This record gives sequence, C-alpha cells and structure tokens, in this order.
Amino acid sequence: MRRYLIRKLIFAIITLIVATIFVFALSRMAGDPLLLFAKPGGYGMSQERVDQLSQKLGLDKPLIVQYLVWLGRVVTGDFGETIVSETSVSKLIWERAAPTLQLAVASFILSILMGVPLGVLSAVKRGSMSDYVSRTIALVGQAAPIFWVCIMAILLFAVTLDWLPVGTAGPDDVPFWTWAKFKYLIMPAFALGWGPAAALLRLTRSAMLEVLDSEYVTLARAKGTNYNVVIWKHAFRNAILQPLTTSAIVLASFVTGAVVVERIFAWPGVGQLMTDAVWNNDFPTLTSTVLVFTAVFVGTNFLADMLYGVLNPVIRYD
Amino acid sequence: MNVQQTSTASPAAQTAPTPQQRLTLWYILRRWPILPVLLLGLLVTLGLGADWIAPNDPIDQSLPDRNARPLFQDDSPYLLGGDHVGRDVLSRVIHGARVSLSVMAVALSAGMLIGTGLGLLAGYAGGLVDEVITRIVDIWMGFPFLLLALVAAIIFGASFSTIMVLMILVAWVSFVRNVRADVLVLKESNFVAFAKISGASTTRILARHIFPGTVGTITVIASLSVGNLILYEATLSFLGAGIPSPTPSWGNMVAEGRDYLQTAWWTSVIPGTALFLTVMSLNFFGDWLRDRLDPRLRQLG
Repeated sequence: MRRYLIRKLIFAIITLIVATIFVFALSRMAGDPLLLFAKPGGYGMSQERVDQLSQKLGLDKPLIVQYLVWLGRVVTGDFGETIVSETSVSKLIWERAAPTLQLAVASFILSILMGVPLGVLSAVKRGSMSDYVSRTIALVGQAAPIFWVCIMAILLFAVTLDWLPVGTAGPDDVPFWTWAKFKYLIMPAFALGWGPAAALLRLTRSAMLEVLDSEYVTLARAKGTNYNVVIWKHAFRNAILQPLTTSAIVLASFVTGAVVVERIFAWPGVGQLMTDAVWNNDFPTLTSTVLVFTAVFVGTNFLADMLYGVLNPVIRYD
Repeated sequence: MNVQQTSTASPAAQTAPTPQQRLTLWYILRRWPILPVLLLGLLVTLGLGADWIAPNDPIDQSLPDRNARPLFQDDSPYLLGGDHVGRDVLSRVIHGARVSLSVMAVALSAGMLIGTGLGLLAGYAGGLVDEVITRIVDIWMGFPFLLLALVAAIIFGASFSTIMVLMILVAWVSFVRNVRADVLVLKESNFVAFAKISGASTTRILARHIFPGTVGTITVIASLSVGNLILYEATLSFLGAGIPSPTPSWGNMVAEGRDYLQTAWWTSVIPGTALFLTVMSLNFFGDWLRDRLDPRLRQLG
C-alpha cells in the first residue's frame, strides 16, 4: 500500500517536472527572450549594452541553469508579469481562482447527482424506457462537444426563453446561493458537468449490472429481502466504489472543459485568463495558467489513485 | 415498433428474437449501425468531393448576404444562410468536413502506426525497453494535453500542419497500451514458441505471428479514439489555436458565429451540429465494432 502510494507520488512529480521542461522549452522556441528587450543593431543599442542586459537577465548562463532559476521562481509562485497590463500573473491567477473553483465544484456535484442515480436506475430497470433515456443522455453527453452544448443552452434558455442570463458570473456583492447570482451558474455548470455525468452514468450502470448479477444479490432476494434494500444496501454499496474513485479523474477533466466553458460564458475564471492570453499573445500569462492547470490536473489524478488505493484493498500494488 | 416487448423482458433472460421481430425497423437499427455508417459515408463523400459538391466558394465574402437567413430568405443565394461576412454556411460546413476527415486520415493513421510499433516493441522486447516505453506512456497520459497543445499551437503558429502533429501526439498513446497488453498474452502462446523453434526471425514472428493477433484491438481502439481526436481538433480551433480563419473548420466556425447567436444562430449551430453528429456516429460505430470484435475492451467505454 505504502509502496503503491510512493510510486504514484513519484510519478506525479515526474509528470510535473516534464511539464515544466516542456513549457520552458516551448517558451524558448518562441524566440530569443532578449529580442523582446533589445534588437542587436537596432534602437542604437551597442553590443556592450546587449551583453550587459543579457547578463542582467541571466541569459548568458547555460540553458539548464536558466531553467533551474525559472523553476525556482515558478515553484515559489513568482510567474512574472503579464505583457498586456504588466501586473503580477500570480496575483491575477489568485483573483480568478475563486470563480473557477465555484464552477468546478458546482459541476462536480451536478455530475454526481445526475450520473449516479441515473446509472443505478438504468441498471436496475435494464431494457426499459428509463434505461434508454438514461443511456441516450450518456451517449449525447459523451459525443457532444462542450462548446456545442453551451451554445445550444444559450440559444434555448437565454435567447429564446430568456430564463437565464449569460455573460458574467453575476453581481459581485451578493453571495452565490442567492438566486440573483446562482442563476448565472446554472448553464455553465450544466455544460461542464454533462460529459463527466455521462461517464459516471456508464460506469455506475456497468458496475451495478455486474453486482446485480452476483450470487449474494440473488441470495438476498431469495431470502425475501425488500428489493429496494437489496439495491441500495447490498448492491449499490459495492458497485459505487469504482465510479466514485473514477469521479476524481472526472474532476481532472474539468481542467480542459473549464477553459472552453469560461470562454463562452465570459466567466471570469482562470480559464478565461488563459484564452485571453492566447488571443493577446500574452506568453507569460499563458504558460503560467497552463502550469497551474497542469498541477491541478496531476494533483487530482494523484488523489484519485490514492482514493482508489485506500478504498479498494484488492488493488494490485505492482 | 417492439419497444414494449423488450421492456417487459426480464433483465437476466434476453430471449432470442422471433422472425417477425428480426424484420422490424427498430430491431435492425439497433443491431446494425446503419445510420452512423450512412452519416460517416456522407462525411467522407463531402470531405473528398467538397470542391465539386459545395454550391459556393467557402471563403468568398459577399456583404449583402451578411447573416442572411437560411432557406434563401432575404433573397440570399444560400440554402443554410450566410455568416457574419456573407459567406455560405453550407459550403463552409462541407469544406469543414475536410478538416475532420484529415484528422481521421492523417493523425489517426500516423498515431496508429507509431503506437502499434511501440506497443509491439514494448510487449515483445520486455525488460528495460518495456519499462521505458510504459513509463513514457504513463507520464504522457498524466498531461492535460489540450492545454499544452494550446501553448504549442500559439508558438508554432496555428496552421494545418501544427494541428496534425499535435493530433498525432494525442493519438499514439492508447495504441501502445492496448497493443502491448495483447502482445504480452500472444508471445506466450504455442504458435509463437513453434515459430521460434522453427527458426523464424524476430521480425517475422512479430509481423506474421503476433501482429495479426492485435489487428482487432487496433481497429477497435482506432474507432473509439477517432471521435475524441475530432473533438480535440474542433476545441483547439474553437479556442483560436487550431485551423486559422478563413479556412473553414467546424470549430472555428462555431467560434466566429458565437458572437451572432442572438441575430444569426445558424452560423454556429449548424457546424456545431455537424460536429456533434459526426462524433456521435463515430462513437456508435466504435461501440458496435468493439462489441463485435473485442468485447474484452468494454472496460474502456
């Protein structure tokens, strides 16, 4: 058990390191950073001054040293300044973290509330109309591009029916559980949560089917136990393990989904910061947000592995 | 329709269909992926023949037909309306099929080639080679690849070739894992041992004895992952890091039409729906193929 966790932790760390190398290498491929400040031969810059500048910026040192210096700053949360507004990137990310977190938590809860009960229902009533409906929901959720879901939702609920507002995260001066603010959350959370809900639904369904087929369920039923008790107490408790552990991985998929959803709904989160950086060619902001998201992604994956190891004692610790 | 009949059947006993049942439309549609195959056939035809089929030039702008409504309203010459600069939405959707088709043709086959090769190598060689390849795959899978692709696309400039390379980088991993798993089983089998005894070279064993055993898996993985690849491309294009405008791709069409949702819904809804139907058909077809060829892989779904 312990060995398994340590292994997974080492993997998570290696993945993160590879990600930083990747981002650093890419940022260097974008061009010589010195050229951002000084064009040799241009602007009346002497070679001497250029050398001085490169020394000041640490660009005369070998690449590996530069990488380590950069890594040290990233780890301590110093991401530099944005090109557009020259404010500190880490401050910006920090400001934008709350809306993203709100969105992610809402979608996570929604996807569990949608995926698990429908999965159970569709397994218990296999072959019935509700099974077909649930499976269709899952099928559409897995095939529909997030941005398509967003646009259809806006078209239906905002443009045609005019029930829900679009455009921001709502007024700042009210807490999110009030309707005035909550109504802004509904569509984005739904769009982000549908795909994961579909995955959970399918997993729950197949896990439930497997358990319902087992002998102890047959025995429980033969004893004359109430069918609802058999489903929820005997079968569900055993079946839910795998979907639950996978739900942590599902959480990781929000990372990429949030980028798209925040862009469409103008949700003022980190994802929007990232896509704005894409449009503005704001490289420091782009790389930092990507790094933050990668860290979150790797972190949640590690948590999922841990949860799996703790909850499932039969796992192979190879 | 025999919905009633199937719904009353108990979960455990799936009774064999009666001859009349076999002939109902519902039964046939459930058993054979006819609709998906028709849609995919349409996609391939449109993609390959876009130049001849599309009624108008996909990048030809015409300001009078700006946001022209579908079905030739507003005296526009366009069946599915015009977009914000008066380009024909229908022609753009048809040409956009090309991008999705190229993702299928280029990225998937290259990824398949690389992934299968590495999978065969890792599974058969074992030892250090296996260890290294498996670890690389593990780390690769731990990445939020779309985000790194975003960075890469910005640096190398959003272009057709950048996107294809990125898609190959996404595609190869799942092949390695599953092919390797197959090879591990196959290489212990008797026919491989016999081949070895009779003096067949490693290349021959891999090519003639082991590879054929993995074809089923490869086909299934290809059909299951292609939908996701197309989604990836569309998402990158949507975020402005994919196929650059004015070349039509379903992703960038949706992105451009998004600002006109209130006045001209068709500019974004039509390409989005095309994308949705394509991915849905591919998933359907993939599921069907998997159940037919390799039910073992059900776990992946």
